[in-house]
Amino acid sequence: MLLLAFDTATPAVTAAVHDGAAVLAEAFQVDARRHGELLLPTVERVLREAGVDKHDLTGIAVGVGPGPYTGLRVGLVTAAALGDALGVPVHGVCTLDAIAHQARREGLTGPFTVATDARRKEVYWAAYDAEGRRTEGPSVDRPAELAPPERSIGAGALLYDLPAASGPEHVSAGALADFAATELAAGRQLLPNAPLYLRRPDAQVPAGYKAVLPT
Amino acid sequence: MADEPLVLGIETSCDETGVGIVRGTTLLADAVASSVNDHARYGGVVPEIASRAHLEAMIPTIRRALDTAGVKATDLDGIAVTAGPGLAGALLVGVSAAKAYAWALDKPLYGVNHLASHICVDQLEHGRLPEPTMALLVSGGHSSLLLSTDITSDVRPLGATIDDAAGEAFDKVARVLGLGFPGGPVVDRMAREGDGSAIAFPRGLSSASDPAYDFSFSGLKTAVARWVEARRRAGEEVPVADVAASFQEAVTDVLTRKAVRACKDSGVDHLMIGGGVAANSRLREMAQQRCDKAGIQLRVPRPGLCTDNGAMVAALGSEMVWRGRSASAFDLSADSSMPVTEVHVPGAPDGHGDVHAHAHEALRS
Ligand SMILES: [Zn+2]
Repeated sequence: MLLLAFDTATPAVTAAVHDGAAVLAEAFQVDARRHGELLLPTVERVLREAGVDKHDLTGIAVGVGPGPYTGLRVGLVTAAALGDALGVPVHGVCTLDAIAHQARREGLTGPFTVATDARRKEVYWAAYDAEGRRTEGPSVDRPAELAPPERSIGAGALLYDLPAASGPEHVSAGALADFAATELAAGRQLLPNAPLYLRRPDAQVPAGYKAVLPT
Repeated sequence: MADEPLVLGIETSCDETGVGIVRGTTLLADAVASSVNDHARYGGVVPEIASRAHLEAMIPTIRRALDTAGVKATDLDGIAVTAGPGLAGALLVGVSAAKAYAWALDKPLYGVNHLASHICVDQLEHGRLPEPTMALLVSGGHSSLLLSTDITSDVRPLGATIDDAAGEAFDKVARVLGLGFPGGPVVDRMAREGDGSAIAFPRGLSSASDPAYDFSFSGLKTAVARWVEARRRAGEEVPVADVAASFQEAVTDVLTRKAVRACKDSGVDHLMIGGGVAANSRLREMAQQRCDKAGIQLRVPRPGLCTDNGAMVAALGSEMVWRGRSASAFDLSADSSMPVTEVHVPGAPDGHGDVHAHAHEALRS
C-alpha cells in the first residue's frame, strides 16, 4: 500500500505519504486562506521527501470535512482529479475521525468530542467512545447545544472553551493517512469522495421586485 | 513544440462547468454542465450553489470532453484554466482540478484570463485572429471594448461599463417584465414580436462630452422600470414585446455604435464580438449592418461559443503553447478580480519547482 493523503477542511494545509505501516513524509502548514495555492506544491514536496514516484501510488485518502466549503472543495476536487489522472481509487475520510485518531495516537483515552470551528458561532463536531468509535455526528451546532462532553478536542473545543479542551487543533494528514490505512487493512469501507457540507447553501431569495418610483 | 498543440481548457468562473479540447484552432470537444436552473428562482447566480455544482460536475465533464474528442489525457500538450476574473470559490474548483491533472500527467499548466479567452474562441470559428483585433465583449459580468495586438500577451482596455454589465441589464429588465432568469434569451425572443422604435429609451454616455468607449446601462434599466411601473399604476396593460424590443434596441444601438467608432478611431478594419450577449440576435444583426456600412469586417462566433465554455479557454491555451509562452507554476491562484491586461499568469522567472516554465523559458531565449 502506498497512500497519498491530504486534507483542506481545517485551517491546515496538510499532506502525507503512508506505506501501510508508517508515515513516510508529512507536511503541515496553517494558512486558512491559501489552500488553493499551497496544496499541490505541498503534495509534490511530501512525495519527493518520501522518495515516492506518483505513478507508484495505490490510492488517495482525502478529508471530506466537515469544514468551511471553499477550502474543503480544493482538497476534494484535487483528490478526484488525481485519482482520475493516475488511475487510483480515492478514499474519503471524515476529517473529525482523523482528528480523533490523532488524539488517541497522542495518548488521549476515554470518550471525547471533537469540535472544529464552523464559523458563525458554530462548531462541526462528533462524539467518540472509549474505543475510538464515532457514536454521534458529524453535525454542526452552536457549542451551547452540545451535550457537555467529558473531554473535548480541536480548535472548536479550544475556541469555545468546551470541557477539558485540548489539541490537536487541526487535522494532520499523517493521522488521516494512518486512519485510512488501518481501515483499509481491516477491510472496512471508507467514505465516498463527497463533501460533508452539513449546511444548505446560503442563498437569499431576492425580495420581490423593488419599485423605483417614489411612493 | 507541436505545430497544432492539443490543449484541454477548463472554465468555472461563473455557473457553467466548461471543458473544451482544441487542436491548434480546431475544436474537438466542448462539454458544458450548467447549474443555471438551480439559480433561476434566486434571479441571479448564487456563488455557493455554483461552486457546489462545479465540484460535482468537474470530473464527469472532463471525461465527457476527452471521450468526445477521442483523445487520451496523456496525449495533451497542455492544460489551460480560467484563473480569473470570476467568482472566487467557483474559479478555485477549476484551478485546483487543472493543477492536479497537469501535475499528474506532467503537462504544462496555463492559468489564463477569462476575457482574453472570450476573444480567442473566435479562432475556432474564423481562423487566427487578425492583429490587431478590436473586440467588444458583452455578457452578464462584463461589457468592454478591448484592443489586442497579440491575444497571448497584449490586451488593452479602451472602455468598459461604468455601472451594470449589458447582460445584467437584460436580467433586470426581464425581472421587471416578469419573464424569469436568465434574461438574455427570453428578452431576445419577446423582442422579435415587438417594435424596437415604440419607446424611446435613453442611450447612456452618448453625448459628445461623454467618454467615447465607456458604457452605462444603469440609467436605461431604471428608465425601463419607471416606464413599466407608470403603466401598471395607471392600470394599463404593459406592452411587454414592445418594451423588450425597445430596451434591446437601446442596448445594441450603444454597443455597436461605440464599437464601430473604436474601430474607425484606431484604424482597425475588423471587429470581434464575444460574450453571452453576443448571442443576441438583434445585436448580431445591427452589428452586421453597421460594420458593412463602415467597411469593417465583423467576426462573431456562433452563439454556443459566445457564452462561457471550456473551448475558449482551450483555444487560448493552445495559442499559448503555439507561441511558446511560459507555463504557470503550481502555486497559481484563482484571482477573482484579475485585470484584463493580465492575459495569463506565467510562473516566476526562476520557475521554483516548475519544470515546464523552465523548458519554455529555455525555448524562448
Ligand atoms: Zn464570460
